[in-house]
Amino acid sequence: MPINQLPLFEQIIELKNSGRFVEINQLIPYTSFVKLELQEGDEGLLTILRQTDSNIGNTKIPAVHGGVVGGLLEQAAVMEVIYRCDMMRFPKIINISVDYLRPVNALKDTYARAMLIKQGRSVSNVRVEAWQDDSKRLVAAAHAHFLMK
Amino acid sequence: MSSDQKLYPLDSLVVAFEALPHVKVLGLRCIDIERGSCLFELPYNEQLVGNSETGVVHGGAITSLLDSAGGAVAFTVVAASKSVATLDLRIDYLTQAAPRQAILGYANCYRQTQSVAFVKGYAYQDSIDNQIASFSASFMIGSVGFTLNAD
Repeated sequence: MPINQLPLFEQIIELKNSGRFVEINQLIPYTSFVKLELQEGDEGLLTILRQTDSNIGNTKIPAVHGGVVGGLLEQAAVMEVIYRCDMMRFPKIINISVDYLRPVNALKDTYARAMLIKQGRSVSNVRVEAWQDDSKRLVAAAHAHFLMK
Repeated sequence: MSSDQKLYPLDSLVVAFEALPHVKVLGLRCIDIERGSCLFELPYNEQLVGNSETGVVHGGAITSLLDSAGGAVAFTVVAASKSVATLDLRIDYLTQAAPRQAILGYANCYRQTQSVAFVKGYAYQDSIDNQIASFSASFMIGSVGFTLNAD
């Protein structure tokens, strides 16, 4: 059966087994709405929020809307769970806590990388950091929990 | 907020918020606004979906709804000319949102100091008895960041 006719969770497992994480990210409509891309490199997954005028939440600076920054961090977190964890189901977000550290310049791309802190049988804990020009100058950070069962 | 300080007029706050590019593209509307509380509505849109099987919207869209409501409510209580910027927010997902249905976002500023506005709220569908997420955030009040023209 072609992959795209399988139930979503089975599609994700099929794609994961063949290392096609970029395609898993593309299965989520919201990622194209705000222009969230995924790359896989030596250091693991990198989520990129492309510069997009419709993401602006502050026209004066101009800065990316806080909700889109939250969406970037949440997406990076859930992709890390899919990448690292043995899954019985699609990981479901329990909660997320976001710190806004610097204005997120709306004229630039924004990058996020997540770290799996704990994979439990029922819950996974993930931390995420986001930056623009310099990965040491964070613009936002988050931690989130996902239900695994 | 001292009584002699001029506040942002509520109608111009709504106009300014609804004109922001991301607020516009989401179709976010301010349903109700008072000093210290406000209600926004996020219409359902298939492009916002986070799970293509269930049709449930992505957390990022709910975060945008609640951050917008929280930012707007902070603006209702600060002196005109002041800026507001999100310092942090936390969202607990209480239950899954029903697909193909609007989500409402309520925010209340329960305390305010010279530099910080403390906000709580929730997202719900149909009635406030059907909460799908709870929300807690703090906003820095200052002179840097997003300001609105007072008149």
